[in-house]
Amino acid sequence: MDRFELKGQRLAALSVLGMVLFNYPLLAIFNVTATVFGIPVLYAYIFCAWGLLTVCMAYVVEAKD
Amino acid sequence: MLQGWVIVATSFAYLGLLFAIAYYADRRADAGHSVIASPYIYSLSLGVYATAWTFYGSVGRAAADGVGFLPIYIGPTLMIALWWVVMRKIIRISKRNRITSLADFIGSRYGKSALLGGLVTVIAVIGILPYISLQLKAVSNSFTIVQQYPHIIMPANVGQLPLLQDTALAVALILAAFTIAFGTRHLDAAEHHQGMVAAIAFESLVKLLAFLAVGVFVTYGIYDGFADVFARAAEVPKLRAMMTPLEGVAGGYASWMWLTVLSMAAIMFLPRQFQVAVIENVDEKHLNKAIWLFPLYMIAINLFVLPIAFGGLLHFPNGDVDADTFVLTLPMEEHHELLALLVFIGGLSAATGMVIVETIALSTMVCNDLLMPVLLRLSWLKLNQRKDLTGLLLGIRRGAIVAILLLGFVYFRLAGEAYALVSIGLISFAAVAQFAPAALGGIFWKRATRRGALCGLLAGFSVWLYTLLLPALARSGWLPIGLLEQGPFGIGLLKPQHLFGLGRLDHITHAMIWSMIANIGAYVIGSLSGTQSAEEHRQASLFVDVFKQGGEGGGARFWRGTASVPDLYRLLARFVGSAAAEEAISDYRESRGAPDPQSPQQADAEFVHYVETQLAGAIGAASARIMVASVVKEDALTIDEVREILDEASQVVVYSHRLEQKSRELEAATAELRIANERLTELDRLKDDFISTVTHELRTPLTSIRAFSEILLDDPEIELEQRKNFLGIITRETARLSRLINQVLDLSKIESGSAEWQESSIDMKELVGDTVDGMSQLFREKGIRLSVDLPGRVPAVTADFDRVVQVLLNLLSNAVKFCHRERGEVRIELSEQGAYLRVGVCDNGPGIRAGDEDAIFDKFRQGGDTLTDKPQGTGLGLHISRHIVERFGGRIWAENRPGEGACFYFTLPIAAQAAPLQGGIQ
Repeated sequence: MDRFELKGQRLAALSVLGMVLFNYPLLAIFNVTATVFGIPVLYAYIFCAWGLLTVCMAYVVEAKD
Repeated sequence: MLQGWVIVATSFAYLGLLFAIAYYADRRADAGHSVIASPYIYSLSLGVYATAWTFYGSVGRAAADGVGFLPIYIGPTLMIALWWVVMRKIIRISKRNRITSLADFIGSRYGKSALLGGLVTVIAVIGILPYISLQLKAVSNSFTIVQQYPHIIMPANVGQLPLLQDTALAVALILAAFTIAFGTRHLDAAEHHQGMVAAIAFESLVKLLAFLAVGVFVTYGIYDGFADVFARAAEVPKLRAMMTPLEGVAGGYASWMWLTVLSMAAIMFLPRQFQVAVIENVDEKHLNKAIWLFPLYMIAINLFVLPIAFGGLLHFPNGDVDADTFVLTLPMEEHHELLALLVFIGGLSAATGMVIVETIALSTMVCNDLLMPVLLRLSWLKLNQRKDLTGLLLGIRRGAIVAILLLGFVYFRLAGEAYALVSIGLISFAAVAQFAPAALGGIFWKRATRRGALCGLLAGFSVWLYTLLLPALARSGWLPIGLLEQGPFGIGLLKPQHLFGLGRLDHITHAMIWSMIANIGAYVIGSLSGTQSAEEHRQASLFVDVFKQGGEGGGARFWRGTASVPDLYRLLARFVGSAAAEEAISDYRESRGAPDPQSPQQADAEFVHYVETQLAGAIGAASARIMVASVVKEDALTIDEVREILDEASQVVVYSHRLEQKSRELEAATAELRIANERLTELDRLKDDFISTVTHELRTPLTSIRAFSEILLDDPEIELEQRKNFLGIITRETARLSRLINQVLDLSKIESGSAEWQESSIDMKELVGDTVDGMSQLFREKGIRLSVDLPGRVPAVTADFDRVVQVLLNLLSNAVKFCHRERGEVRIELSEQGAYLRVGVCDNGPGIRAGDEDAIFDKFRQGGDTLTDKPQGTGLGLHISRHIVERFGGRIWAENRPGEGACFYFTLPIAAQAAPLQGGIQ
């Protein structure tokens, strides 16, 4: 497969993953009254997932095949 | 220190700095050293997405419903992951067709339609006005608030000022002047504004740093870290409810999802985003870094939103301070004047960045896609006869910038106070989302037609007007509020915010659902119900198949007609100025060898297309089409002809692909054949060498056998003693001859691969011991001292027992031959070396001639000087030994110990299951 095409498909897969992560019902699982290290679970989840997603995107983009 | 004049002076100093950056970048660009040719600058310039709305409004929205502001930044993250597929294509299309704006892009896709371009421009201007007014509101409000220091008074309580004293008006006019200076200093055929991009990138840094500074101050200065802010907020019941904000809110998850979708569209189709991401892009590869740097930027700028929001709510529990201003009022409350000033500058940079890029993008659209097509069609203006139109173009753009900012101000006066910042921004987002079906469909769906795009945009925009703008005006008191509460003419089903009774949704989600249904529905039905014109068909294939085409000029093959070169040259000169036209044409001539512009010659299709694309860069595709059509005599192509050309072209592409593949295959086959041929030649040479050496080696013993036999035959008188001696020589030479023949046969078997190998597990200690025992008689006869050094136990190796014995015998007999004549000594050792067993045979003879350590393993190479010494072996033993050892994965080599003799070693790999665990494999 074309290297450019593969990269595009990997990124698209990450985008779909993001749509799953930041939507019902996954959000509902973390929408609870509890804290981790003093930070409400929902906030912590969103920022962690967001950061991880960005790291994955960076990895896919910068990886040398 | 926060007096009015200090703030004004700082603001102007900041704007001056921006201008200096832009000026410097433009100068560098003119000198050919682009400062924006960097993926980092590109990524930062995308940060223009974060406006005053982000800077002040995110906290406001967070204070109202917790994480509700986040989809606006998560959406772009999800979208930017698709940019490699979508945005790369848009950028490629835009570069190839010299697209100047979003309106140009959509109009150009659907047959260079001026009508469509104009509609997109109108929607964009109306849709973006609230957004621009929001920036004005933010700047003037923050100015008013900072001015009241040390008191904290909301602008609403200061009272509405008379028109001329309204700071927002001053802000609008100053920004207009500033934008004109930035964006319309000269007319660039490529519509690049390098200086502006550099300044925007700088602004992105400033607002990020300012926001982070407040965030750190609130979180770690006022409070004791994130956990502390949240813990204190949790003590207040009203705030505790916000920590699971998605519960209970009507349609909480639906609203979250639609906000995400909305912002996915916004990051692509806000005119300013399209401007920085597509038009100002200088290199497609910059997308790489932007794909992860931009999400990172958004995470950074959102990290402290919640602590600031909670901090503000805890500090001002009475609700008399607008949450939109917490970013500013918290430092003021804590008497941090410098920080407050920094925040003000950060907000200013967020607002100016947005306003500059947005108005430049909109003014380009208004000029190229709305006014020019109309003006050029009005024959009484006689624009066609004007020599130089560059002044007119610049004038229109400058006028458009002023007009847009003043309209923004008017909206601010009319509707500004009724809504919080975020709601105003979302109304604009919903407007630009209407472009998504036509633009995205346009680059992937070839069948989409102009009619479909027009229908879709009109339907979506109408719903937007009815469900979002109308209520906004009604709430501001400009329309009867009854319109919202009872519906028009009292028809409840038509209530703008509960259309057809759809309730329980926030108004943005409600508007998005209805407008998208209308938009996409009309787009698809409109496209499928009509036919495409030839022009539409051709543009559709240029856009959708952009990656399948060759270089620029792909559109030229669709043109048939006659035009004169000077006419085209004059046309270009009128819009871009004669210097730029001269340059463009000489570029063309250099690359393609086109005709001299001054000689009255017929232009070919390629040249006409080139001029049209150049012109499109200045005035947009639709206007360029009109202008070129006015000077050339064109034979319109029918739809069938266009299809034919496309089919031909695609067939040619397929053929050429096949041809390329065939030629690649042929090349590969040729290379293989060449290698095989070289190998054959080499083998042939080796065979010749071998035969000549073998015959030579055979002749030596034969000669001496024959010589001695002849002596015996000729001379019957020979003494018995002598005769015995001669017969002895003959016997020995015969033995050598048969040994040689055996070895040659052996070698040829091994080399041809027909030798039989019987692999078994061998205990090397036993093998060495047995072999030495068998040879001990020979050693005793020669008087050679033999020492054997064997370890206690060694792991087994897998090899052919007889062959290994053959190798060892060979080394031993060599050692016997070459060791010291009188005090001969041979030492044999066996040891374990990592994953191998090593056998060594050392003698104390003269050693191997230096440099010959490798060569003695070649065929027919003898140790010693072959010229003077009588050969003592066949010259094949070591060669065969090497074959055998390498066959079992080992290695054989010789080491010279000058003055002490030579050592021969060979290794064999230890059988895997027998390898000692602690030894490992090296």
